[in-house]
Amino acid sequence: MQRLVATAVMRPLTPTRRMNPRWFDGSPSQQVVTRVIKPNDRLSSLERLELYNRQYWFRLLDCLFEDYPGLLSVLGMRKFSRLAREYLTACPSTSFTMRNLGRFLVDFIQAHPALAEPRYQLALDMARLEWAHVEAFDNAALPTLEDEDLHDADPRTLRLRLQPHLTLLQLDHELDDFLIAVRRSQQGRHEASNAFGNSYHPSNQERAHRFARKPCHLAVHRYRDSVFYKRLKPAQFVLLSALHRRLPLERSVEQARKSHYPAIIQTSQIAHWCRDWAALGWFVAFDTKKPTENCKNT
Amino acid sequence: MNAKGKAGASQPEPTPLSATGAKGRSPLLRFAWDSVPANRFNAYTDYGVGIGLRIPHYRHIFERKPVVNWFEIISENFMCDGGRPLAMLDKILEQYRVVQHGVSMYFGSAEPLNREHLKKLKRLIKRTKTPWISDHLCWGSVDGRYTHDLLPMPYTFAAARVTARKIREARDFLEVPIAVENVSSYAEFHVSEMTEWEFLTEVVESADCGILLDVNNIYVSAFNHNFNPLDYVNYVPADRVAQIHIAGHSRYHKYILDTHDHPVIDPVWKLYERAIERIGPTATLLEWDDRIPTFDEVHREALKANQYVTPPKVASR
Repeated sequence: MQRLVATAVMRPLTPTRRMNPRWFDGSPSQQVVTRVIKPNDRLSSLERLELYNRQYWFRLLDCLFEDYPGLLSVLGMRKFSRLAREYLTACPSTSFTMRNLGRFLVDFIQAHPALAEPRYQLALDMARLEWAHVEAFDNAALPTLEDEDLHDADPRTLRLRLQPHLTLLQLDHELDDFLIAVRRSQQGRHEASNAFGNSYHPSNQERAHRFARKPCHLAVHRYRDSVFYKRLKPAQFVLLSALHRRLPLERSVEQARKSHYPAIIQTSQIAHWCRDWAALGWFVAFDTKKPTENCKNT
Repeated sequence: MNAKGKAGASQPEPTPLSATGAKGRSPLLRFAWDSVPANRFNAYTDYGVGIGLRIPHYRHIFERKPVVNWFEIISENFMCDGGRPLAMLDKILEQYRVVQHGVSMYFGSAEPLNREHLKKLKRLIKRTKTPWISDHLCWGSVDGRYTHDLLPMPYTFAAARVTARKIREARDFLEVPIAVENVSSYAEFHVSEMTEWEFLTEVVESADCGILLDVNNIYVSAFNHNFNPLDYVNYVPADRVAQIHIAGHSRYHKYILDTHDHPVIDPVWKLYERAIERIGPTATLLEWDDRIPTFDEVHREALKANQYVTPPKVASR
C-alpha cells in the first residue's frame, strides 16, 4: 500500500499541475486511489491524494530552483522547469536530505543533452559548478596540513590529500563571476521579502547567452565557512589534479611541467603555489597511522 | 488545585534567575513554568516556550542576543559533515539550549531504519546535548526513494507494532528519549482499525516513548477528517507528553494545509489551553517555517503561550 501511495504522490503532475487522471495502465486514477484512500464529504479520494502529489512536486522543484539559480539563468524558466521535472522523474530522491537532490543532475544532463540544447555545454558547466558549490558548502573539513609539515618531505614519495570540500573543475566557460552575481541577486531578494523567490531574471538569461567558449580552471572550496571559486592556471590545475589522484608530489610536478611546455615552471614557483594552497587549508594533515604517505627525507 | 490538578501538592521554591538572566519571565510565570511536569520523555527538564531556529533570524540572534528559553532545530539541516550550518549551530550552542526535531526518520515506513541516518543523528545529538529528540508518526519513503513529506499512517494494529519496534530500535541506538509527533493529514486509509488518537496511544505505549503533541496539527486534521479536536486532546496519555507544538496554517474552502506561515489562531490556542489543563505547563514550541517575519514577531507570538499557563494558587496560611 505504501508503494502504491508513494507512486501516486511522486508521479509527475499534468501541465495544469493536477494529478494525472489516468493510471499507468490507462484506468482512471480515481478508481485505483479509491481502493486505498477514503473520500470525505468535501473531497474525493483522488483530490485528497492530489494534495500530497502537488506538494511533492512544488517542494522538490522549489529546492532545485533554490540550489541551481545559475542553471535557471542559463536555460530560462521553461527549459529549466522541464529539465527539473524530467530529472526528478528519472532520479527521485534517494537521500534523507534534500541537499542531495541534485547529485545526479550533471550525469542526467550528459545523458539527455537535448533537454539543455542549444546551450548544452554551458548548461553542463553551470550544473557542475553549482553542484561543486553544494559540496563546498557543507562537506567535511579535515585537519589541515601545516607549512612546517612539508619541510624535509621527500617529493618522490610525498602524497598530498585534498580536502573533501574542494572540487577541481575544468570548464569551457568562465562562469564563476556570473554565478556569484546571480547568487547575490538571489540573496538580496530573500533578505528583502523573506518569502521564497527564485533568482530568475530575464537579464540574467540574456547575459548567460553572451558567454563565449573560453577554458576556465577553478577550485571550488570553503574558507572560513564561505564558499569561494578560485581561478587556477592550467598548470596549477594539472598539478592539483595529479595530487588529487594521489600521485606523489614529484610525479605530479612532472605532469604540470609537461602541460606547461615549452614554458618552464620554476621549482620556486611550485613551492609558492603549494604554500598558498596549504595556507588556504586545501591539504589534509598527514595521517600519522599511515607513515608511508608522509615519508620524509632521512 | 494547581495547574497539574494535584490538590495539596507543595509549592516548589522559585528557581533563581540564572547568571545570564536567561529565564526572563515574570515571577508568577516563572513559578508556573517551574511546576513543569518534567517526565522521563523530556529527560526531566523544565523547558518553557521556545521557537524554531531559522536562518533569517541568525543575524538578530548573534547581534542582539535575545533571551530565548530554547531553540528547536531541524536535525536534518545539521546532519552534514562541516561548513556554515555546523559553525552557526556551535555559536548558538554557546549561549542557548537546543532541542532536536527530525523530519525523515519515518518510523512508520515499512522498510528498516536507515543506519547511516541514525549514525549521523547520533553524532549531532552528542554535539547539541539535546535532552530529547522528536520525529513524526508517519512514513515517507519506499524502496529507498524519499518523498520528503510526512505521509499519514494507516491506523492498524500491524502498523502500530512495526512503528513501535522501529522507535524502540532508534531509541536504543541514540540513547536519548524520543517523542513522536502527530502529523497533520489530508487523507485517510480504508484499512484503518482505530482513530488516529487511539493509534498514537497504541504506538507510544508499545514503544514506551513520549509524545510531541502538535495542537495545530490536531486542529488541521480535525477539519480535514471531520472529528472533534477535543476528543484527541482529551484522549492522549498526558503523562507521556514531552513537548507541545503550536503553529499557524492556511485555510482553504475544502481543506486546511499545515503551512506554518501564519500566526496561531484562537481555536488552536483553545486546544493548547485544554492541553495545558490536562498535562500541565509543558515545553512549548512555536513553528513558523515560511514567510518568516522578524525574530521579534515570531518570539512575541510564541510567548502568547504564557497566558495559558495558570500560575499555581498559593496555599492560604
